[in-house]
Amino acid sequence: MTGNSKSAAIEVNDLVTHYGSREILHGINLTVHAGEIMIIMGGSGSGKSTLLRYLLGLGIPTSGSIKLLGKDITRISNLEMNQLRQNMGVAFQGGALLSSMTIGENVQLPLREHTRLDEKTMEIMARMKLEVVNLGGFEKLMPAELSGGMTKRAAVARAIIMDPKLMFFDEPSAGLDPVVSAELDELILNLRDAMKMTIVVVTHELESAFKIADRITVLDQGNILMTDTVENIKHSDNERIQSLLNRRPSNDEVQADEYLNRLTGI
Amino acid sequence: MPESSSHPVINTLELVGRSTVKLIEEAGYYVALLIESLYWIIAGPFIKRPVRIHSIFAQMMTMGIAACPIVFVLSFSIGVMLAIQMIYNLKTFGAESQVVVGVALSITREFGPLITGILIAGRTGSSLAAKIGTMQVNQEIDALRVMGINPVRYLVSPALLAMMIMVPVLTFFSDLAGLLGGAVYTGIEIGLSFDAYIERTLSALVVADVMQGLFKSLIFALIITLVGVSNGFSVTGGAEGVGKATTRSVVLSISYIVIADMIFTYFLNL
Repeated sequence: MTGNSKSAAIEVNDLVTHYGSREILHGINLTVHAGEIMIIMGGSGSGKSTLLRYLLGLGIPTSGSIKLLGKDITRISNLEMNQLRQNMGVAFQGGALLSSMTIGENVQLPLREHTRLDEKTMEIMARMKLEVVNLGGFEKLMPAELSGGMTKRAAVARAIIMDPKLMFFDEPSAGLDPVVSAELDELILNLRDAMKMTIVVVTHELESAFKIADRITVLDQGNILMTDTVENIKHSDNERIQSLLNRRPSNDEVQADEYLNRLTGI
Repeated sequence: MPESSSHPVINTLELVGRSTVKLIEEAGYYVALLIESLYWIIAGPFIKRPVRIHSIFAQMMTMGIAACPIVFVLSFSIGVMLAIQMIYNLKTFGAESQVVVGVALSITREFGPLITGILIAGRTGSSLAAKIGTMQVNQEIDALRVMGINPVRYLVSPALLAMMIMVPVLTFFSDLAGLLGGAVYTGIEIGLSFDAYIERTLSALVVADVMQGLFKSLIFALIITLVGVSNGFSVTGGAEGVGKATTRSVVLSISYIVIADMIFTYFLNL
């Protein structure tokens, strides 16, 4: 990589997206540097999951550009996108392992589809990645036989099988007990340190966010409130950020007329 | 939110308009899905993204071979049922022996393909919708896409190919089972020997009769696959959505099958 894009693994410019006729993201600008762990944080309905979908190329934005590893995914061809996808790994919230295959087959799937390695090599590679996530010896099990934490780790193994440069996590600690969730945080840090990945984590878990983040982006109602280091976010005087950090209910000013109109349905 | 008009006639008209648009939209989606899956079947190998043979055979086993017993039972029963009705009818003319021709033509031209189509719609169409719908809900479809695996190539093309091979095969099997049912009952009721039944059947049938049924079954295979798959892909709203999509796909594909059967039968017999 050369020039300006040297340190930027992800560049989002003026991203506007709609769901039906409703505008969800109102012009997002975001830069993620190569090798950093960026946390995207925000309450429910803040647009953080939507932002992730678009970063993954799962939706077509209304306007704006999304550059991953220097390539604008809103403009490149399907073929280029497919090549780019081999450099991206995604761990979905529920794991999203294919339920008709064993864990081993799931982890091997990207290899099977994108490479021409022989069976034995693929098996060994899958076992290696399963060892990385502490699931050695589980490759014969079906996804339904795993616990929540194991499923998520297996999903990580599948996501890193192609040794991606970019890694995305969707709510890694959702639904996990604190110990397992801490293990997963550890795993994310290890991945960055050992494999030099750029990692984007979408979460609303403060504790894990503060532990692993290099920088944090706070989303609120489709806008970015702030993108900064953990310290600066903690000391921000923005009211909405503080209520998110301190788990205070947001006290939006009630607009009397609007409220009445909503109730009466006019 | 769309503005609601106060006049009931306008409301009804709007509703009709909206459902028509939705129906056309859905038909467009079927066609797009068909074209895309055919694209992967034909062009896939050339761009090093082939449809997996293994997956096609696996689907042929579950969709086709595993359905053989139930196809046999139903078709045999239909054969017996047809023989009973026809012997009863033909008795009035004292022409019971003509039952062979009646059964042979009804089975190969109509009942074989139709009963197979309806059965496969209930069996495979629903399972396609449920499988893909569940995958949609669990983000497995998204996972395939972010891994650079096209869901249509991975899920739809093998199913379509397997169905287009197996439904005609099952239909032929159903024809045989139906004729056997007819033969057994006719043998018991009017004492026609099995050999004589076969001989008369073969002389009554021409290749076109069987082909007509097989051609229709090919259309049914397309309908079942596309309706099942597209309902699966459009699932929203969790487990309840999967249930709805499954029901919808069975009802829709059986309706489309019967209507398509009528249309094609008309044109094939012009």
